[in-house]
Amino acid sequence: MSTRNPTDWKSEAMRKRIAGRYAAERRFKFAGLFAVVLSASFLAFLLVTMMGNGLRGFTRTEIALKVDFPASPLLLDPKAITDEALANANLPMVTGTVAKTALGDKADALLSPTAWINIRDAIKADPTILSRTATISVPASTGLDLAAKSKGSPEMEAEVARLKQQGVLSTGFNFGFLTASDGTDPTQVGIWGAFKGSLLTMLVTLILSFPVGVATALYLEEYARKNWWTDIIEVSINNLAAVPSIIFGLLGLSIFLNLAHLPRSAALVGGMTLALMTMPVIVIAGRNAIKSVPPSIRDAALGIGASPVQVVFQHVLPLALPGILTGTIIGMARALGETAPLLMIGMRAFIATPPGGITDPATVLPVQIFLWSDEVSKGFVEKTSAAIIVLLAFLLAMNGLAIYLRNKFETRW
Amino acid sequence: MTGPAILLLLAGLGAIAWVSARARALRLQTAARATGRRDAVHSLPGYHGWYVALWTLVPAAIFLAIWANVAPGLVTQSVLADPAAQSLPVDAFSRSAILGEARAIANGSQAGAFNPLSQGLVEPYAQALNKYGIAGAVLALVLAFAGGAFAFTRVRPDFRARTRVERLVMASLLIASLIAIITTLGIVASLLWESFRFFSMVNPIDFLFGTKWSPQSAAMGYGNDDAFGAVPLFWGTIFIGAIIAMIVAIPLGLMSAIYLTQYASPTVRKWMKPTLEMLAGVPTVVYGYFAALTIAPALRDFAVMIGIHGASSESALAAGLVMGVMIIPFVSSMADDSIAAVPQSMRDGSLAMGATTSETITRVLIPAALPGVVGGVLLAVSRAIGETMIVVMAAGLAANLTANPFASVTTVTTQIVQLLTGDQEFDSAKTLAAFALGLVLFIVTLLLNIVALRVVKKYREAYD
Repeated sequence: MSTRNPTDWKSEAMRKRIAGRYAAERRFKFAGLFAVVLSASFLAFLLVTMMGNGLRGFTRTEIALKVDFPASPLLLDPKAITDEALANANLPMVTGTVAKTALGDKADALLSPTAWINIRDAIKADPTILSRTATISVPASTGLDLAAKSKGSPEMEAEVARLKQQGVLSTGFNFGFLTASDGTDPTQVGIWGAFKGSLLTMLVTLILSFPVGVATALYLEEYARKNWWTDIIEVSINNLAAVPSIIFGLLGLSIFLNLAHLPRSAALVGGMTLALMTMPVIVIAGRNAIKSVPPSIRDAALGIGASPVQVVFQHVLPLALPGILTGTIIGMARALGETAPLLMIGMRAFIATPPGGITDPATVLPVQIFLWSDEVSKGFVEKTSAAIIVLLAFLLAMNGLAIYLRNKFETRW
Repeated sequence: MTGPAILLLLAGLGAIAWVSARARALRLQTAARATGRRDAVHSLPGYHGWYVALWTLVPAAIFLAIWANVAPGLVTQSVLADPAAQSLPVDAFSRSAILGEARAIANGSQAGAFNPLSQGLVEPYAQALNKYGIAGAVLALVLAFAGGAFAFTRVRPDFRARTRVERLVMASLLIASLIAIITTLGIVASLLWESFRFFSMVNPIDFLFGTKWSPQSAAMGYGNDDAFGAVPLFWGTIFIGAIIAMIVAIPLGLMSAIYLTQYASPTVRKWMKPTLEMLAGVPTVVYGYFAALTIAPALRDFAVMIGIHGASSESALAAGLVMGVMIIPFVSSMADDSIAAVPQSMRDGSLAMGATTSETITRVLIPAALPGVVGGVLLAVSRAIGETMIVVMAAGLAANLTANPFASVTTVTTQIVQLLTGDQEFDSAKTLAAFALGLVLFIVTLLLNIVALRVVKKYREAYD
């Protein structure tokens, strides 16, 4: 029979072993910290990159162009300024000539190809300038814009230096970016059209998915008996929540467009497709919120003679509403950032005017980002990032609102 | 009469019905109470109001919904019966084009006609539209009045209006819950139907096991054989979504979850957890742009520097890396849940035996939580292979069967987008192939989800 010797913790071998185990502990802890920091720094890297590229997209370089109207080859009667007369006046050519006299031979490369629009608008606003020399701010070309803000080609850098010396170059906040729509020239594009499309699409999504989602959640949580029929409903909702978004796009394409012949590229169809995606999110959030209302509330209401419908609509639903709203906002935020299903139903068309209603061709912010990211012109890089900043700001605001609602109204029973 | 005007009129009628029925019920009930028969009063006056208003609105609304579908056919019929329609061409296509133009002019959405034939049809069209518009409006209003009047005569102090109204509420809740089933059926039916049409052109065996994918050549008329082999797509999807993305997401997600739940102070956890969850909230189009703009060029330069051939600016690695980052929060929150579900007694037992925290985690907690973690990883894989925008923007279009992460591969979702955007002739094998790919994607993600949820559930039961 062997005697049991107590472990000699002071021995060299044991000390080494314990030191090794503690080192392993430190290494493990450090690996965990490293994983957290790495993930967070990736997020920071992404945001910083987008900010770095995108903040420049909100500004625009402009050239103060001196236009001597009496000396220019412009043939316009100051007393008869109509849209038609302006359209027939060949302003693009006139602008080119004027720019050459003011800025030198390379003027074509300095001005945005759509600079004449600013001159047209100036004449429209005040026809009297036709009889004098006026200074009109026109957007610079993409090349000059890039050179003025960050890094451009050497020739353009030289031009920037020359124009700066003349004092005609200025960089200011680009209001056009918030009020204009898609275009071909990066100095003139804006996000308003896409933004309005997003708003209309979200409106359709909310109107369709919120009532249906809440009603489904109420039915399943409060009234449904436990049978195979209820099981089928539950399984389909859980599956729908996990189906890849592009499959919803295929559904929209084959049912809404090819079968029901609803208008292509419209906010209506986009909203319907996204509503099908958002509904399961609302149902799941709604069921959790309804489940957390304690049964004593229901019992009390039933006890004083309320009918089952009155119990739910007058007591349970108001108490569950903050939770349901939080889930709805999170679902809407996800729908707002969704791109793939909308590509399927044709919302990637080039649309230069904001949609007037839910059946007009429209595009949405994420799709606009996708379209701009495909553009060859370098000026679109900063516009894409700027649009991303706008989108992220909205998502952040929506999620912030959801967190605020949860903290403010959530009741712990 | 226009649609919005009718709807407004109906809404007005409904409001009047509600107010007058409520007032009548109140008066009758007060009278009944005055006679001392309290038991003869059933529903609150408001329920009588709703009962009559619903009888006014619902039949008229149902009629209008049906009418909106029937009326265009009636209009066309009456236009075709007009003498001006005798000169229409016989073939159906140009006939419907002319009719469509005449309709557009008649309802004011188009100014002038391109086809002289349609000009002659404008007048009959406008007349027919007018006639059936007025007929529909009148019928709807008659129905509303009839329904309202019928319900109004039923307002009695003891009429069970609340029961009736509640029955309708219950019915609408049930109908709402059916929409989920209808959507699921719609997805399955549309995918199956279009895939069936595709497989009548292309052999399913060739599709599932063929290794050459070139739908362009099929569209250009080189035949459907040998052009729709989807294996390179399946490989690209697995390579990016299930291999590269998971190599990034599993260690980072798991270690983040372990650190935040086991080591971090409450303050750190309070701030870092939402921060990491922000990664899941960033729209995928933003990730895609980031991958294409920043990560992909950097990786290509790196590959060229260390001398790898075939490095593409649209590499599998760029898409996979970024997708992995996107997946981190999913893996992390699933791991978090499963570790939290391990009974505290197991943890305490291990620590009491003298194990360090890391030994407890790696030898007790993780083995016990493994089914949950595996389930979470399966869910993450299903999300990754269904992800679209990152791969559309950062992975390529070349259907390569390669294991080189710096080369370009394509995925199922990329090809679905590619096949369905651009020229749309809906009967070609090229566009229908997208639905077959969608069907495969749907089935695979569904199976992954079912297996994952079953694994997670079984394991939960073991500890409950």
